[in-house]
Amino acid sequence: MIQSADESVSERSGETVLGVRNLHKRFESKGGPPVEALRDVSLDVRCGEVVGLVGPDGAGKTTLLRIATGLLVPDSGTATVLGLDSVRDTLQIRGRIAYMPQKFGLYEDLTVQENLDLYADLQGVEPAARAPRYTRLLEMTGLEKFTGRLAGRLSGGMKQKLGLACALIKSPELLLLDEPTVGVDPVSRRELWRIVYQMVDQEGIGVLVATAYLDEAEKCHRVVVLHEGRKLDEGTPASFREQVHGHTFVVQPPPGVRPRTIQGRLAGRPGIIDATIRGGRVRVVTEERDIAAVTGAMPDNLAAAIDVAGPTFEDAFMKLLAHARSSQSHANLPAAQVSTGVSPHPREPEATIHRGESADGVVHTRDLTKRFGTFTAVSEISFDVHRGEIFGLLGPNGAGKSTTFRMLCGLSKVSAGEVRVAGRDLRRAGSFARQRLGYMAQQFSLYGQLSVFENLRFFGRAYGLANTRLAERIEWALDEFDLRGHRDMASGRLPGGYKQRLAMAAAILHEPDILFLDEPTSGVDPLARRDFWRRINSFAEGGVTVVVTTHFMEEAEYCDRMLIMSQGRELATGTPDEIRELARTEDHPDPTIEDAFIALAEGAARPRGKEGSP
Amino acid sequence: MALALLRIATLVVKEFLAIMKDPKSRVVVIGPPIIQFFVFGYAATFDLNNVRYAVRDEDRSVESRELLSRFRGSPTFRLVGELSSDREVGDLIDRQGVRLVLHIPQTFSRDLHAGRPAQVQVIVDGRNSNVAAVALGYASGIIAQYNAERGGTLAAGAPNAARPTLQLVDRAWFNPNLQSRWFIVSALGGLIAMIVVLLLSSLSVSREREFGTFDQLLVAPFRSGEILLAKALPPMVCGLFDALLLAAAAVLWFGLPFRGSLPALVVALSVFIVSVVGVGLFISSLSSTMQQSLLGSFMFIMPSVILSGFTTPIQNMPQWLQWGTLINPLRYIVTACREVFLQGGTLATIWPQLWPMAVIAAATLASATWLFRHRTA
Repeated sequence: MIQSADESVSERSGETVLGVRNLHKRFESKGGPPVEALRDVSLDVRCGEVVGLVGPDGAGKTTLLRIATGLLVPDSGTATVLGLDSVRDTLQIRGRIAYMPQKFGLYEDLTVQENLDLYADLQGVEPAARAPRYTRLLEMTGLEKFTGRLAGRLSGGMKQKLGLACALIKSPELLLLDEPTVGVDPVSRRELWRIVYQMVDQEGIGVLVATAYLDEAEKCHRVVVLHEGRKLDEGTPASFREQVHGHTFVVQPPPGVRPRTIQGRLAGRPGIIDATIRGGRVRVVTEERDIAAVTGAMPDNLAAAIDVAGPTFEDAFMKLLAHARSSQSHANLPAAQVSTGVSPHPREPEATIHRGESADGVVHTRDLTKRFGTFTAVSEISFDVHRGEIFGLLGPNGAGKSTTFRMLCGLSKVSAGEVRVAGRDLRRAGSFARQRLGYMAQQFSLYGQLSVFENLRFFGRAYGLANTRLAERIEWALDEFDLRGHRDMASGRLPGGYKQRLAMAAAILHEPDILFLDEPTSGVDPLARRDFWRRINSFAEGGVTVVVTTHFMEEAEYCDRMLIMSQGRELATGTPDEIRELARTEDHPDPTIEDAFIALAEGAARPRGKEGSP
Repeated sequence: MALALLRIATLVVKEFLAIMKDPKSRVVVIGPPIIQFFVFGYAATFDLNNVRYAVRDEDRSVESRELLSRFRGSPTFRLVGELSSDREVGDLIDRQGVRLVLHIPQTFSRDLHAGRPAQVQVIVDGRNSNVAAVALGYASGIIAQYNAERGGTLAAGAPNAARPTLQLVDRAWFNPNLQSRWFIVSALGGLIAMIVVLLLSSLSVSREREFGTFDQLLVAPFRSGEILLAKALPPMVCGLFDALLLAAAAVLWFGLPFRGSLPALVVALSVFIVSVVGVGLFISSLSSTMQQSLLGSFMFIMPSVILSGFTTPIQNMPQWLQWGTLINPLRYIVTACREVFLQGGTLATIWPQLWPMAVIAAATLASATWLFRHRTA
């Protein structure tokens, strides 16, 4: 499935289509130090080659792509595209390359065919050449049946595929893709990669693709890792994996112990770079090529078995990033221990499934349905969330997660079915019922003009905190979320990760019983995402019920139970183990949640009934 | 109850901070009042100055020169040129070179000496009927004065042709010099309060929608009434502050009299502002973006200014439109402000303006609350 470099056939193979040399770019920022978007970055992309540009948010990926297209002028250094200079020969270059920005400019009021026609006109494709090109692109993207549909009515994955088809309308010599698969469902993600590889194999084009998904880096011929504008490393996925060979282990939790408990114990410990939950087990990356760091952290022999694991690109990436951060003077390393301030008595790390505490659970829905006109966004969703549970709503963009979420919080009217939070319908219940709720919206939704402190004070007071209690909680939040240095900064000007932390701080300042988090980790780099999940974990340990949506399938592993949604419908409900079980076959004995999603979406696995767990 | 007050106070503080820290909102509070104060104070006047005119004097006598010198000496008129043919008259007026042409026929002095009524023709550019009428009025005035001094042997082309047997002694009350600036500036406070209040309140909800902060507000334990109240207060305070500031400036800068009672002005403005805040919040609840809010506000401002009697008298409008002005709050505050400034209005005398505004305020606030609840809850 994955093509390696030597297999690609092209008569021009090896010819450099993009050469970037010592690129520098800085952006002035109002009221702050200038942002160094790129610092001395060099790279090459050759014909018939897919190069991945990998790095956390703000690494400079988009800046580099935009310089290559001539949309930005570098401060120094050069970008040579097809032998032409990106600054001088911009117009000539534009006719020969294709660029797909993060949000591709599809005309949502035009049909699929009209969008293709429009881009063919814009790119000056000969009328005679169009018909065969259309046929090919439509066939590749699987959009043949939808040529008459309005682009605005396509699913997220289909939109992205149409965007790619439009970008490829005049076969380019170099294809630049900026995070083409963000928020796209796993099935469409695989298809997008298949299309890219078809173009590479059949037309020998060069591809530079920026991505936030680390598993996608494995699909590239070569990977360039960027971090804060600097190139950290470059090489084949295999060479990256080699760097962490012998540093990776998996811990199999004994029966009755949740992997989350073990992960929480390992994460952030000295000598341990990364601890994540994958496939019901805990993956650990260590500093030294030694198992001691892992065993040392498990004195009570929580682990049933510790095995050496095969390294992945992600492991190497985490190691690179951790080193890059620790080499900076005041690295913003996640605190080793997260205190919630919620409860001094963390729950026992036992695998009690919390059932029967209340008949309906803390959050309860039955046949929840939302219709917008004739369009059904959410169709008959039923689930219960129990006290202290982390419940995930999973699915690609457009699956109906956010709509479900908004109905839970009382922000959106329910078309049919019932919803109860803490026994009440939030739309009808008075403001008092909302007192025990914490809510973090998908986009940054605090007051950008107000400072960090003013925001915290406002939300604290909103939930009835006052005087010393308010002051205490604000002090706690400033420390806990590492915001003290930005206390008086307008929150709209905070860097991305800080905004997310402030939003979370505002949501839990009043120590809610139920926490609603809508895509808390979208647009956050892998390090910060881990940090987030550790916090969420610790809240749950303190007895807070957490309902969280995410489009990162692997994050499902952190949930106690989850509901997987696609196109407004429930695909499956259950614990991570139960979900994985649905996709387990003899060929595929160890599936991930993502595999399970694909199997469920393609109908290979039979989804459970309404009640996911027995 | 105490908790509710605390929450409202929290919201009000937040709203004030949002206005003060948002450059756009700051401009709304400071910009329009200053601009309008000066624009309306200086530019919007019905008084004519510098009326350009030309002369076609076919008589060229001592008498004609004496009449013309009166025009030349008037600050209202400015001589542009002397014409020698009738064709030039048409040309000059066509291209708006002059507003008015004085035509003195050859027979002018002969008729005067003979004791016959003499004719002077005044040709006015009637394209702007208001200006034409005012210019004609000034010209008639000058000619009438000339007449009177000469013992009344001259008759202008204008209506008062007969020898004056009755003498009109006019005295304008409240505005003795009939300065239109008094008329305009006295009511300006109401207009400016409306613009400031409407813009700020119409932006308040849609700003939160646009920035995505609205959901966060709705899931917090606020009641919708509390949110609405907190959104209404800061625009009201800003609007009242601006209006009172301009009232002071009207007296100190433009020398307007302030003959009425200050409490009457404050009460009238407050009631008016409440009625406008209802409209603003209604628009804001309806809009999903700030741009829609602004468009909605201007759609309200334009007709309400024209139908308020601020510049043109309501009595001149057709009857059905006059009825329409009854629901326009600006109509009442314009009248009330003029009464207080020029006529010495007190709370008792402006009561006929107060109660309709109170009724309108109740209606707009109720509908804003209704819409806010239905669009959000």
